Amino acid sequence: MFEFFSIGQFHAQLRDGIVTCRQAVEHFLRQIDSTKHLNAFVEVYADEALRKADQLDMKRNAGKPMGSLHGVVIALKDIIAYKEHRLTASSKILNGFTSIYSATATEKLLREEAIIIGSCNCDEFAMGSTNENSAYGKVLNALDETRIPGGSSGGSAVAVQAGLCMVSLGSDTGGSVRQPADFCGIIGLKPTYGRVSRHGLIAYASSFDQIGIFANRIDDVAKVLQVISGPDAYDATVSQSEAANYAGKLSENQNKKYHFAYFNEALDHPSLDKEIARSIKNTIEKLKENDHAVEAVQFDYLDYIVPAYYVLTTAEASSNLSRYDGVRYGYRTKQTVSDLTEFYKFNRSEGFGKEVKRRIMLGTFVLSTGYYDAYFTKAQQVRQLLVKKTKEIFKNYDFILMPTSPSPAFKIGEKMNDPIAMYLADIFTVMANLVGCPAISLPLFKHSAGMPFGLQAMTSEFNEVSLLQVSKQLMELSVH
Amino acid sequence: MEVNDALVDKLAQLARLKFEASEKEEIKNDLQKMIAFVEKLNELDTTGVEPLLHMTDEVNVLREDEVMGSITRESALKNAPLHDEKFFKVPKVIKPPVPLKGELKSESSSVNSEQNLK
Repeated sequence: MFEFFSIGQFHAQLRDGIVTCRQAVEHFLRQIDSTKHLNAFVEVYADEALRKADQLDMKRNAGKPMGSLHGVVIALKDIIAYKEHRLTASSKILNGFTSIYSATATEKLLREEAIIIGSCNCDEFAMGSTNENSAYGKVLNALDETRIPGGSSGGSAVAVQAGLCMVSLGSDTGGSVRQPADFCGIIGLKPTYGRVSRHGLIAYASSFDQIGIFANRIDDVAKVLQVISGPDAYDATVSQSEAANYAGKLSENQNKKYHFAYFNEALDHPSLDKEIARSIKNTIEKLKENDHAVEAVQFDYLDYIVPAYYVLTTAEASSNLSRYDGVRYGYRTKQTVSDLTEFYKFNRSEGFGKEVKRRIMLGTFVLSTGYYDAYFTKAQQVRQLLVKKTKEIFKNYDFILMPTSPSPAFKIGEKMNDPIAMYLADIFTVMANLVGCPAISLPLFKHSAGMPFGLQAMTSEFNEVSLLQVSKQLMELSVH
Repeated sequence: MEVNDALVDKLAQLARLKFEASEKEEIKNDLQKMIAFVEKLNELDTTGVEPLLHMTDEVNVLREDEVMGSITRESALKNAPLHDEKFFKVPKVIKPPVPLKGELKSESSSVNSEQNLK
């Protein structure tokens, strides 16, 4: 009986000949098969994954060196391209689309001998916080099937939560990795903007989007980040700095004392669940007892970050999604049309779901003549203020601690009819995307409602090494 | 800011979207709520603040100008809803020229009604 604990242990077992890649893949395929009702996967590459496992087993047995992700079974959000595999952003408008190239992140995983086991369900074009906006239907939270898993990378989160793969990739534009990680009781990392190439990641809001990682252990997050980070000729916005040795440096600084900041405006926010607030306050006390410096910093922008986020992301989305016109790829209407504009309108209106259309409309509004300065430029100015304020904080503090989400996973359907209530659930996660800094959600707590929830830690740009090191410390803290 | 039917129609036209009469009321209400929500930003004084335009410090990351491979025509056409060996195909949407005043209607105007979805 195969059991997965960590990539490190799996590799040791492979070297000792206790397990094989085939056994690992067979195990995960059985798990996927027995949890089909969770709807976490859009497609499972069963035969292909088994073939790859056999190749790797043969190669290893022949004494060849192992790639750093040798045999690691990984699931990809249905928004990250994998050559010759279907890619739909869980949207009807991309029904049947087959990617003709792989994302750089996918390429890099494959180069290190990872096994891609399938593509995961998500909110259409990554727009949503519950994974209820998918053309393939909703995803269920494996811990309580009456609840949502969070979104937009809900399927990727559940794939790790329910033990359907070792690690998975999602994308995080406003919390789409950290929030489902929080709701599912696992780790979710959003790297710095530009740390991981966005080539082959279907664009939602290009100045926010970043590929993120789901796993059960910090060590595994570090190993995957090390592989997928770094410069890329296909993404002009990706950082030219090489990936750091995240995995190798992980055990360093485990007794280091840090300066943490937190916002009373967040912990006393009316939207925040009282139990979550208490748990985070307790953690702050615990850190102080452990000789860390933890201080409240004044932060007056909390109620402005979600509005700024929605102006800017919908604007970018309206522009990015203009490419879906039903001509070169994607859904095409069956209606008879003889007018070009009508043709586009039919294709797009029949192909896009409700939330996507809502956001395209808002984005079109904030970019349109007469409203551009009052809405779009204004939000860009607010973004500037946020970046300045955050940089100021990180001059004096190593990390900012916050809740990940104001509540634990809510019930299916609970917020579907109120877009604003849904958007406000992102209040603590969108900040990292607005300012571009890295942030992680760590599964430290359990709510009396029976659901897990996390602690969010943010740090300065390209400081993932410290973020992962402190995450390890924080995870330990919860154990003792 | 009040969202009315005319604004919804204008935005739908710009975004190349279509809302049936039954959906229109809903999108109007949603837009109204969303716009009211983002108007909270007006409470902040941003006088003299430079709008933030770029998220990275990377400037003009360019490669050498060498001819490099791209995708083949075959793979470019692979995902098209309708195509032949060379081209993407769309319904005939080109209208006949509008006759000038006094000009006789030419024969070619008959293409107007033709549907060309083979």
